Amino acid sequence: MEIQSLKKIDDFLWELPPVGEMRVPGLIFASQKLVEEMDEKVHEQVTNVACLPGIVHASIAMPDAHWGYGFPIGGVAAFDPEEGGIISAGGVGFDISCGVRTLTTGLTKDEIMPLLERLIDKIFQVVPAGVGSEGKIRLTPAQIDDVLAGGAKWALDRGYGLPEDLAYIEEGGYVTWADPAQVSDLAKKRQFREVGTLGSGNHYLEIQHVFEIYDTEAAEALGIKKDDIVIAIHCGSRALGHQIGTDYLVTLAQASKKYNIPIRERELVCAPINSPEGKRYFGAVGAGINCALANRQVISHLTREAVAEVIPQAKLEMLFDVSHNTCKVEEHVIAGKKRRLYVHRKGSTRAFGPGRPEIPSRFRSVGQPVFIGGTMGTCSFILVGTEFGTEQAFGSACHGAGRSMSRKRATKTWRGDKIIKDLSAEGIIIRTRSYRGVAEEAPGAYKDVVEVVNAAHQAGLAKKVAMVKPLACIKG
Amino acid sequence: MNSGYETFEHGADIGIRGKGRTLEEAFSNGAKALFSLMADLSTIEPQKEIQVECTAPDIETLFMVWLNQLIALADLEKMFLCEFSVTISNNNLTAVARGESISPQKHNLGVEVKGATYTMLKVFQEAGYFVAQCVVDV
Repeated sequence: MEIQSLKKIDDFLWELPPVGEMRVPGLIFASQKLVEEMDEKVHEQVTNVACLPGIVHASIAMPDAHWGYGFPIGGVAAFDPEEGGIISAGGVGFDISCGVRTLTTGLTKDEIMPLLERLIDKIFQVVPAGVGSEGKIRLTPAQIDDVLAGGAKWALDRGYGLPEDLAYIEEGGYVTWADPAQVSDLAKKRQFREVGTLGSGNHYLEIQHVFEIYDTEAAEALGIKKDDIVIAIHCGSRALGHQIGTDYLVTLAQASKKYNIPIRERELVCAPINSPEGKRYFGAVGAGINCALANRQVISHLTREAVAEVIPQAKLEMLFDVSHNTCKVEEHVIAGKKRRLYVHRKGSTRAFGPGRPEIPSRFRSVGQPVFIGGTMGTCSFILVGTEFGTEQAFGSACHGAGRSMSRKRATKTWRGDKIIKDLSAEGIIIRTRSYRGVAEEAPGAYKDVVEVVNAAHQAGLAKKVAMVKPLACIKG
Repeated sequence: MNSGYETFEHGADIGIRGKGRTLEEAFSNGAKALFSLMADLSTIEPQKEIQVECTAPDIETLFMVWLNQLIALADLEKMFLCEFSVTISNNNLTAVARGESISPQKHNLGVEVKGATYTMLKVFQEAGYFVAQCVVDV
């Protein structure tokens, strides 16, 4: 991106001053290097989002922002329903509520190493992963509505998990405003056999060890210390979420025309929040969120069973569960006034600062835990939200490293089996059913997660607590 | 693009493109490009068939809707598809798609496709050929 087109606010904040039809400025939270490396399309998409009706404060891009569908991936925007604000499919995406859940294990690196291979093989055996995989749960049409209304609580009620899990999931495990009636029969049917599956692409299940602690007080509140073993699960709402995205692209395209909303990119189609179409889409997004939360809950249960079989003394407890493709109603203070806003986070994690009532009491004084996933060969980070981020970016942080190389080029550059061999030499075990998928997800195809996380930290969006490194990874 | 289909680069995801002497052939090859992302096409046998019907306000949207229908139907049946007989008339499409049940051992798995998108969606004519393309979210 041309740095000359931006106004530098400070070393980690850049403004696109409002011009033309922009209703608010654009704000990019990143280092100069990351901004310069960003696709020019991010500039265009941040600008397009800034033109949407009812947008409040700013159209925001995270340090890992890249070219998305309507919104940039790593885009955040909030809309006020009382000012004609809209809800857009581009601000949520195809994989509704895709997110990361991290579980602590009560084990240390030394304890797990002799059993690591057996453990990852066992988990690989019980957690369905990859294209076309099916879960063990078979649902009927009536049951799927219960999943969509109940989220992780639905799973818990069927014995998948522990009652204390729910408090450590955003929204307490399910959103109350989900409306299963707004989800098509096709979307529901596609999910009948997919609850409890990991998926493919950038989704993974990883056994990680805490390599470095940056903030001892926050780490203590989160219950982690150096050399601890944690398990991270990255996946979303599976076929149901994808189908909601596909279905509503058509519905919202019609709505945009009906309500005369100028659309600068076809994927930015939207409807006023208070219109029937907007309400329907919001209800469907809620159902998608609950589907993803149920999915991660079932996968956690399967993982717990697998771990118990190999290491009976392990105790898998929820650290936290964050989502990063959502639209949610939240209260934010804008220019001293409390407002109820529809916050879209596309490829961006909620990262509320200390004191917010939504944060479990155990962490409330340090901020909401945030997980930023790296690649299977590098490292990931645990952070906490900040007051600054809550004020300036609606309490949001980045969600990953962001790709630096296309999938097509990655498959031409690397071979999956060679990557697995090289990582094995570094002590990282990979399990997959798709070598091609591994090549596409090669560590070298991503931006440097350290640089992205440092930018988020230095910009003040979230505060680094710990770095974790992979020991074993299941790639979907 | 000797085989009539290919993929093309896009920042985070990937583009698919089909080419043909007729619109139908371009749409059919576009579908092949789509399934080439999920598996090695040469390993899929046309053992079972499914019927596809869809409609859209314009020909470009029809290409996206066609691909999304295939994604949904193949997912429902847990199949990979490899052969497509397409008929298009007034932005209405009917087709028979053939393929077989997914087998990780047999098919050299690629990635799951979440949806076909409006991004770089184009249906056009070039040097006597029809071309249909778009970016898909994986």
